[in-house]
Amino acid sequence: MSDYQKWIPVPTPETRHFWDGCREGRLLLQRCGDTGRAYFPPRPFSPYTGSRNVSVFEASGRGTLYSYVINHRPAKGFEAPYAIAIVQLPEGVRMMTNIVECEQTPEALELDMPLEVCFEKIDDDISLPLWRPAGG
Amino acid sequence: MTYKPGSVAIVGAAETTELGKLPDISQLQLHADAALNAMADCGLRPADIDGIATAREVPTELAHYLGIVPKWVDGTSVGGCSFMIHVRHACAAIEAGLCNTVLITHGESGRSQIGRPVQGVGPSTQEGQFQMPYGPLGPPTMFTIPVLRYLKTYGVGIEKVANVGVVQRKWAGFHPRASFRDPITIDDVLNSRMIAWPFRLLMCCLVTDGGGALILTKADRASSFPTKPVYIQGIGESVETSLISQMEDFTSSRAFRVAGRTAFENAGITHKDVDHLMIYDAFAHLPIYGLEDLGFCGRGEAGDFMWDGNTAPGATGSNALPLNTNGGGLSYMHSGMYGMYALQESVRQMRGTSPAQVEGAELSVCHGVGGMFAASGTVVMSSRPA
Repeated sequence: MSDYQKWIPVPTPETRHFWDGCREGRLLLQRCGDTGRAYFPPRPFSPYTGSRNVSVFEASGRGTLYSYVINHRPAKGFEAPYAIAIVQLPEGVRMMTNIVECEQTPEALELDMPLEVCFEKIDDDISLPLWRPAGG
Repeated sequence: MTYKPGSVAIVGAAETTELGKLPDISQLQLHADAALNAMADCGLRPADIDGIATAREVPTELAHYLGIVPKWVDGTSVGGCSFMIHVRHACAAIEAGLCNTVLITHGESGRSQIGRPVQGVGPSTQEGQFQMPYGPLGPPTMFTIPVLRYLKTYGVGIEKVANVGVVQRKWAGFHPRASFRDPITIDDVLNSRMIAWPFRLLMCCLVTDGGGALILTKADRASSFPTKPVYIQGIGESVETSLISQMEDFTSSRAFRVAGRTAFENAGITHKDVDHLMIYDAFAHLPIYGLEDLGFCGRGEAGDFMWDGNTAPGATGSNALPLNTNGGGLSYMHSGMYGMYALQESVRQMRGTSPAQVEGAELSVCHGVGGMFAASGTVVMSSRPA
């Protein structure tokens, strides 16, 4: 086992495809077949209409920094200070993340700065989606 | 059909005998201590109670511990506003004749952690998959995340958030039971220890032990109790999401808007009718969001409204709106599920017994949050019968 000390997510049958995608380096979202709107987190039906007519698609991998805090009291496996951030995807969904390859300061972390997704391999099953400054 | 304003009254209300750091009392006993105090307040015994509601602890445990045989039970547990929601459910139950006399209890060994049920997040829950991997460490690192977006959207400075703690400390000064009573300045807040930028220690609630309880019954029975009845005029509730990343709007809480609007419409009141306001403040931005989402202030304007002193002791004029007159979760006490203490201060204000009594106050709005903008409950109370 690796020396990874942080929290490791465990997929459910409904989220398995998302984590399989991450393992392959692809960020997978879902779309409601009735409204065409994307949604997250994964579920096998539309949160907009309740319809089971949904599909999986690969996100562009682009986003912008929507909001964040810089935590000064580290969770297990983290070194403070570090940002706990929300990324806004152009597909219309948001997700929590850490911002990597970037100084963890208010000056470096400018709201609405462009980000791109990357993946950190935790073990053979789980790779975690993270975001970094775009074009870095 | 909706709840008939004024048809149910709070006849018993009390906090635990002590608040603060209480290592010699378990969480379950904090519930019981508050319940016994509330029963003593209105001259009832456990045998007189036929409905029970509580959060985090299951009602089963409380009912048996207190020797109550309930005909109505509510275990709604959606965070610190659960008690506001219990009030709403109790009103519906009493009005429908499902029970006559409801006890709502809260007890929490938030600081000393004595007899506290194990809490935790499973690694395959939504939170476990999409939130915990990124290192949040409790509410100070999640409840606070929307604030930078709010500040940028409305061009508001962090000093407006810091000011909330300063104003509320002035109110706490009136309360002998408040944890922190000494005045503080904006500089004190902005120089206090960094917790999760832009939030510093004095923008975060304290962590203490305590409890509180309420007893409700039909308003037409209220005159047979020794206490001054406090009438429930209107009530609202809602939930949004357990994941802070999935809030519909980072500058406004949908649950706040739905619960608040429902309660105001139910009570048939306008903002000008409100003499006293409580907004659950786990963190300093919550009164700002609450003032706007309840419709007391326009979008982006609540920070200035508080900066101008409208919510502070001694405010006069048409804008005066005494807010969080116990000092709030930032200064009075915060066990983890603070909503019960906000309700207690609203009851004191309507009884005319608060150490920070608002002269002539007849209508109080008590607005709660649960989880991190996850849930909300709003209770409108009146000192006058319908």
